[in-house]
Amino acid sequence: MNNHSILRVVSKFMIPFILLFALYVQFHGDFGPGGGFQAGVIFAAAFILYGLIYGIENARKVLPATATRLLLAAGVLLYVGTGLFGIFMGGNFLDYNVLAATAVGGQHLGILLVEFGVGTTVAATMVTIFFVFAGQDF
Amino acid sequence: MAIAAFGIIKLRNLFAVVMLSGIFSLLAASLYVHLTAVDVAFTEASVGAGISTLLMLATLAITGEYEKKHTTSDLFPLLIVVVTGAALIYGTLDMPLYGAADAPANLHLIPRFIEQSGTEIGIPNIVTSVLASYRGYDTLGETVVIFTAAIGVLVLLGRGRNRWRPGISADAPSKDEENEV
Repeated sequence: MNNHSILRVVSKFMIPFILLFALYVQFHGDFGPGGGFQAGVIFAAAFILYGLIYGIENARKVLPATATRLLLAAGVLLYVGTGLFGIFMGGNFLDYNVLAATAVGGQHLGILLVEFGVGTTVAATMVTIFFVFAGQDF
Repeated sequence: MAIAAFGIIKLRNLFAVVMLSGIFSLLAASLYVHLTAVDVAFTEASVGAGISTLLMLATLAITGEYEKKHTTSDLFPLLIVVVTGAALIYGTLDMPLYGAADAPANLHLIPRFIEQSGTEIGIPNIVTSVLASYRGYDTLGETVVIFTAAIGVLVLLGRGRNRWRPGISADAPSKDEENEV
């Protein structure tokens, strides 16, 4: 799809807004519909769009294979880490009340971190699956 | 939705089938909006209609566009589907009406979440507080499932090309490299 100049220009114009919308869905999930799962998928869609229009090779230059693999694990580790940090602070696993000075503040922080972990893993997963599928030459 | 479902069964052109399943997901998403389950609708629209359609298309690009004609009899599968469907419909007869105030789901936990989550969690979206805090273990499990899916795809497809840059479609590996991997 390298020769479609309309697609190239429009996608280049759209990608920043897609990424911005994904971040909005991620961090506004406490107040409106949305959260880590949806944000991760939208975030990945931006990279997949880039990969479709400009080719997988160029997309891999933006987001190398090692980066997606690291992010894949980092999301789960952030989630589990938040849970374990609750244990170190004297609570139960995934007990956010003890993360901050007040219980409600701790819940805010815990949910934010956990949702961010979910979003990271989902985005990395979707990008990985698509790039690996599309990178096959048969 | 029913038309889309029958089209998916009948059509042999897989490209059209993928498009129809995307349409099916989008219609399901609007149904969820109608049931005021916006979080579920959002997920259905982005995952069902968006990403899975894309992944199906990527799969079609490396397989074929047409489904093989199958020659075996359809009667036995049809019988199983009809019996299972009848059992499921029979099961729904006992369920409370949609939105009934005395339904078990509306009596036990939901009032507790609606009344207490404002003071306990303090965020306006109750779905998020249930998902991330009250049911944190479930969400952790879901995240691990997604992580496992990616690992599975990587194990099946992501290697054997170039061991230093996995996932990139490099030149076909030489015989020695293939043995190493």
